[in-house]
Amino acid sequence: MADVSLRKVVKRYDEVEAVRGIDLDIADHEFVVLVGPSGCGKSTTLRMIAGLEDISDGDIMIGGDVVNDVPPKDRDIAMVFQNYALYPHMTVAENMSFGLRLKHYPKAEIKSRVTEAARMLDITDLIDRKPKQLSGGQRQRVAMGRAIVRNPKVFLFDEPLSNLDAKLRVQMRIEIKKVHQKVRTTTVYVTHDQVEAMTLADRVVVMNHGRIEQIGTPNELYHKPATRFVASFIGSPAMNFVPCRLEDVGGKLNVRLTDRLSFPLPPARAARYQGLSRTDKLLLGLRPEHVMEARPHAEPGIEPFDAVLDVTEPMGMETLVYFTLEGSQLCGRVNPNAGAQDGSPLRLAVDLNNMHLLNEVTGAVL
Amino acid sequence: MVDVALQSSRTATAQAGRKRAGLRNALRRKSMSAFLMTLPLILLIAVLVIYPALYSLHLATLNKAMTKFVGFGNFEFLFKRETFWLVVKQSCIFAISAVVFKALIGFIVAHFVHNVPANKQRKWRGMLLVPWVIPPAMSTLAWLWLFDPSYSAFNYTLSFFGLGPIPWTGDAMWARFSVILVNVWYGAPFFMIMYLAALKSVPEQLYEAAAIDGANWWQRIWYVTLPMMRNIIAITTLFSLIVTFANFDIVRILTAGGPLDHTHIFATWAFRVGIEGSDIPLGASVSLFMVPILAVAAIFILRDITKRGNES
Amino acid sequence: MSTVTIDKSGPTRKVKYGSMSRDRTWALRWSYFFLTLFAIFSLVPPFYMLITSLKSSAEISAATNPWWVYHPTLSNYVELLTSNQFLRFFWNSAWVSIIVVTITMLISVPAAFALARMKFWGSATLATGVFLTYLIPDSLLFIPLFKMFAVFGDWTGIQLVNRWYVLLFIYPTLTVPFCTWIMIGYFASIPKELDEAAIIDGASWFQTLTRIFIPVALPGLIAATIFAFTVSWAQFLYPLVFTTSTDQLVLPVGIITTLIKGDVFNWGQIMTGALLGAAPPLIIYAFLMDYYIAGLTAGATKG
Repeated sequence: MADVSLRKVVKRYDEVEAVRGIDLDIADHEFVVLVGPSGCGKSTTLRMIAGLEDISDGDIMIGGDVVNDVPPKDRDIAMVFQNYALYPHMTVAENMSFGLRLKHYPKAEIKSRVTEAARMLDITDLIDRKPKQLSGGQRQRVAMGRAIVRNPKVFLFDEPLSNLDAKLRVQMRIEIKKVHQKVRTTTVYVTHDQVEAMTLADRVVVMNHGRIEQIGTPNELYHKPATRFVASFIGSPAMNFVPCRLEDVGGKLNVRLTDRLSFPLPPARAARYQGLSRTDKLLLGLRPEHVMEARPHAEPGIEPFDAVLDVTEPMGMETLVYFTLEGSQLCGRVNPNAGAQDGSPLRLAVDLNNMHLLNEVTGAVL
Repeated sequence: MVDVALQSSRTATAQAGRKRAGLRNALRRKSMSAFLMTLPLILLIAVLVIYPALYSLHLATLNKAMTKFVGFGNFEFLFKRETFWLVVKQSCIFAISAVVFKALIGFIVAHFVHNVPANKQRKWRGMLLVPWVIPPAMSTLAWLWLFDPSYSAFNYTLSFFGLGPIPWTGDAMWARFSVILVNVWYGAPFFMIMYLAALKSVPEQLYEAAAIDGANWWQRIWYVTLPMMRNIIAITTLFSLIVTFANFDIVRILTAGGPLDHTHIFATWAFRVGIEGSDIPLGASVSLFMVPILAVAAIFILRDITKRGNES
Repeated sequence: MSTVTIDKSGPTRKVKYGSMSRDRTWALRWSYFFLTLFAIFSLVPPFYMLITSLKSSAEISAATNPWWVYHPTLSNYVELLTSNQFLRFFWNSAWVSIIVVTITMLISVPAAFALARMKFWGSATLATGVFLTYLIPDSLLFIPLFKMFAVFGDWTGIQLVNRWYVLLFIYPTLTVPFCTWIMIGYFASIPKELDEAAIIDGASWFQTLTRIFIPVALPGLIAATIFAFTVSWAQFLYPLVFTTSTDQLVLPVGIITTLIKGDVFNWGQIMTGALLGAAPPLIIYAFLMDYYIAGLTAGATKG
């Protein structure tokens, strides 16, 4: 068990910078997820922690020791790969024990560790099978078992669930969480799936273009995104953005979306945004759940407006509605009984108590 | 654990410059061990392939006793000899017609095997590949015996149809036919097996799509099978062209170049002149004439390989 | 629209189905017919070897039906298998082939591993070079090689010409390039994550090769071994050039130079010898056909 620190870590391939100076501190026992679109440098970062890629600049520390030049086998880490990377010619037990056998552990200890890991992952019956005879989920468990038996300082997961079908992915997600609760090993987990990131992580690191956009707990990222990228990347369906500007109407601060549409801000928000320039081009960020059907009675901060729906998607417990507002495509979540229909008008409301205001140029959340 | 701690504290105190140097060392070590692992291969190719290839260029410029430099003397001598032109002609006839027939027969047989239900293909494939498996020197002996002037089993059979006896290896034209026949017999299975592998790699859906588009059997071959197999056909043909052009065993054993040098090809004539006739420079000159055609074929193969390398 | 077409084509379709399956049956019959012809063509020489090998000299010269044995005898086999000379050829061939296979694997496998996985300066060029070497035929090199070894003998006093073990130096030029080439293909098809997993598990490069790559690429290794063996066993030109004393000959050359005495052909023995010479590759082929074919097709499809 150990903490992991990255100090201004840079990775250059020839002239291309894949990772552009990352600072990250991962506490002991913590489960940290690196998330971002493909090519954002998350996998490279993980591979640098593993020692599979050398770092071009900066330092990586595991348990307080700089490991920049330490080969992977001496870093005391274990890694789970996207395609499992099980040795096809070895049985499950041999796969799990390969690392221990290379290190000449006593036979009895190897056996007890393998048995223990197999029990934890519920693969005791499969111990003598070859990877070919296993299903995708079972292979995934074996790959995790191989990591667990090593009892390393750090677990590294590189998109471990992306080869599984949707149902199995949910199941394995829970499995990984359970394992982490049991072994409490520091874990760095890479994925491009924000749901996986949100559900698994103690803290999520959102990366883009080789830089860290934001680090925070899942709830922080969801409710207090720091940038437009994080706001749009986290959450599904994604956050709506509507171009807008601030204006003063009768001493009250309003947000004007279109010529005809302008909403007064609730007091708390008004106070927060008072100091902003009235001419700046801004973006109003609203999560779909904050665009809902209009209520019969007025509530503070909930402002009704009329929209013509383009498309509706009944999801069962809610219906997603898509409509266009001055050229921006918006998504809302309404009650299935609200009478939303393709092509028909509906009176909707925005919840400005949960609004975000962004600078359109810099993308910063204000 | 202690090890790691010691090592890393040392690294931690080191300057950035030294750190990079350490990495370079590691890279150099990896490069070095990779080089060492390929060293025997490099030595083998350098000493026993490249050197002799260059050495034969040198040899070709010496006189018979190998005491004097004669420049292009050997080549001039060859150009004036009728036998040489006979060999050139026969080599081309032999290689081209043998390769064409091997390719055609291989293609046809591969289709027939592919037509047969999958569980029976193994058996047929197994039988049809036997000619390729037997060492050619051994099987050519069997052909020699089948072609025997007085006991030919073929002539025995043909006599029932009122034909023959055919002078299989005694007459120039028949002897040319015979060496090509034996070469086709030996090499066609290789084409068959390559084409069969290629046929199996054509996705079934393509044929179904073509059938739905209204393509008949011939159109399916022309528009689906052949384009999909183009690569394999090309590379197999080029491979075979090289091997056939450089063939030695079959001609040597079947006719030894006879009758009257009419079936000699470059390899057998180079052997006759260089080893049996002890004129090593002249033999080397003869075999060097294989180089241009081999080089052309090799360039085409290489182009295909690198093209596929770039695609993947 | 669709219902209309179905209604209209209903009856004609039925007929078409019938004709299609009839077509297919005929296609299948023709396939079997031609395959049988080709199989006969393929198997006539080996069959004729077998027939002749069971005949006595008397029966051969009596010119009875050549396709049949009336008085089968094993005397040709007994004679050859008790002849020291023939056994000598056989052992020479066996030794040469086995040692060449070993040398080939020791050179090819590490080289292929390095070329497939450890990118270093010039590795791509070297891989292409290996392939080109495979395309250089024996008939281009036998004269300079012969002279080279003769000169080497004159200089150092180590006489290699007319010794069976000179073939141990020469045969690898035929086997190593191809084996390296197909092993590069097999190794390259192993996913990169597998060696990364091995590295993290603490394996050195050597352990990755011996404990992961070789077992995983075992089918390729077997195919390469079979190739090396059959090439060494069948090679005819080099031993014909390099060895002349009867005790140094390998099987193909031995049969041809000793069983054919001048114009006298002892066909019974020649065919027996040829069949025995063809037996080891045929036996390997019979038992390991899939590997044999994999090796055959790998040259063009891998890499």
